[in-house]
Amino acid sequence: MALDDVYTEVLGEHSRNPDHKHKLSCATCQMKGKNPSCGDEITIELQVEGGVVKEAAFTGIGCAISQASTDIMAELIRGKSVEDARRLANKFISMIKGELVDEDELEELDEALALKNVAHMPARVKCAVLAWHTLDDALKDQK
Amino acid sequence: MADAQEFLKDFPLLNHNINGRKVAYLDNGATTQKPEQMIQAICGYYGGCNANPHRGAYALSIKATDIYEGARKRTAEFIKAGRPQEIIFTKNATEALNLVAYSYGLHNVNAGDEIVISISEHHSNCVPWQMVAKAKGATLKYIYLEKDGNLSAEDIETKITERTKIVAVTQVSNVLGLKNDVKAIVKKAHSVGAVCVVDGSQSVAHMAVDVSDLDCDFFAFSGHKMLSPMGIGVLYGKYELLDAMEPFLRGGDMIEYVEEQDATWAEVPAKFEAGTQNVGGAAGLVAAIDYLEKIGFDRIEAIEADLLNYALPKLRELPFIELYGCDSTQDNKTGIIAFNVKDVHPHDVASILDNDGVAVRAGHHCAQPLHRYLGQNATCRASFYLYNTREDIDRWIESLKKVRGVLGYGA
Ligand SMILES: Cc1ncc(COP(=O)(O)O)c(C=O)c1O
Ligand SMILES: [Zn+2]
Repeated sequence: MALDDVYTEVLGEHSRNPDHKHKLSCATCQMKGKNPSCGDEITIELQVEGGVVKEAAFTGIGCAISQASTDIMAELIRGKSVEDARRLANKFISMIKGELVDEDELEELDEALALKNVAHMPARVKCAVLAWHTLDDALKDQK
Repeated sequence: MADAQEFLKDFPLLNHNINGRKVAYLDNGATTQKPEQMIQAICGYYGGCNANPHRGAYALSIKATDIYEGARKRTAEFIKAGRPQEIIFTKNATEALNLVAYSYGLHNVNAGDEIVISISEHHSNCVPWQMVAKAKGATLKYIYLEKDGNLSAEDIETKITERTKIVAVTQVSNVLGLKNDVKAIVKKAHSVGAVCVVDGSQSVAHMAVDVSDLDCDFFAFSGHKMLSPMGIGVLYGKYELLDAMEPFLRGGDMIEYVEEQDATWAEVPAKFEAGTQNVGGAAGLVAAIDYLEKIGFDRIEAIEADLLNYALPKLRELPFIELYGCDSTQDNKTGIIAFNVKDVHPHDVASILDNDGVAVRAGHHCAQPLHRYLGQNATCRASFYLYNTREDIDRWIESLKKVRGVLGYGA
């Protein structure tokens, strides 16, 4: 596998200049996630109102894959219903685990598709899915 | 150096193509590759001598016992222990250090006492001491570092006091690669009546070790970091200390008599070797010792020094590389280099190098307190051994030059 299949321009852009890496003063919920094995640590902050994720942001440290994945996720779920956001999280995780490959099915992941090839890098799978697992946890008790 | 080429042929894994090319294996601090001679020794044991030692009166069991006890004797000679009984086989260095913490620490440290370790310890020589300190109401104190990464001489002098019961330090740091003057630390510990535990995990495969000369009370290491199989480790302890200690694990082979409610213990070292032991691993360890001694530590040190002296100037030429522990003026740097690439997380660096067939480690290297102390979340680490070549270094450096570009940063 070629390196730039994983380290795509999209990934580089989001890791160098994340749009959503900041504190969220209006946050209604917050969730921490970490990969002790490689040291990635993120805190996701969400503003959820009326069953809709109005705003999403994050802080933390970690590798380019975990940071870019979190930024892309924040962008994707803004304005989505809690239900949709969780569905997308699970879809993303299935894609990275290599369980879901159907392109039509995956299309709605949009920019997150750029991380698809992490599925072929077993050592980095955890980095890619960290944000999405954390999101799913955060939204578990949100209506 | 021609030497490495001569040894390379003995290591099957290093001669295989992985993803179309040979691996430049620079993660010897984590575990070393294995020579054919060692692999054959294990095959020879399981193929021709396997039986449960110490338990049967038949010829095979006696042969297995001879191999196992022979390995104890050979290991004692290797690190210059006074007698074979001072060698206890364990699973690895971690188990050896836990044995000391549980069987010595919990029984000899009391409320108000102090345990002193260094900030560069591997978690294996830190977390067990936290356990002892917490259980006994003792204090765990740290020796911090000078600017160049060496242990602070002042801390060694002032933190080891009359209250200190145990001093536990590594002979070589697994991140900074600096050799500590453990002989002096042992002396200091003894001067206040404390025992000194030395973690030899990163030293014993790379330099001649003489536990009698060091006068340390305990010395721990893992076989797998010195050409041997995983699953065999060693604890050296002074006989009088071992003799007075409680067992660590209890069960078969470590007892003398067992009554319904009570038991008495076998002599040292059997007292500390409960259950069926790793005889195949011990056979492998002997083959590894033979292999190392045939080459000699003078030559091994010269090979590693050559690689270090070849690599360092090349790394220093790269403005985006930050090095840790590479400025010691004490001539005590071993073949371990911790580094970071500016703006790039170590895990990305390791993945990118991996794509070029260069294996380095990324993360905290089981030394989180040290990383926190250095103000680094994580680092990359390259570590050399006798089969590494200048070509491996070249491949590492060439790959490093690409890293920032892959992530879209300028040079
Ligand atoms: C300095 C040091 N101590 C202890 C250990 C633990 O070794 P093991 O995992 O084989 O028990 C290591 C290796 O990871 C080490 O480098
Ligand atoms: Zn990561």
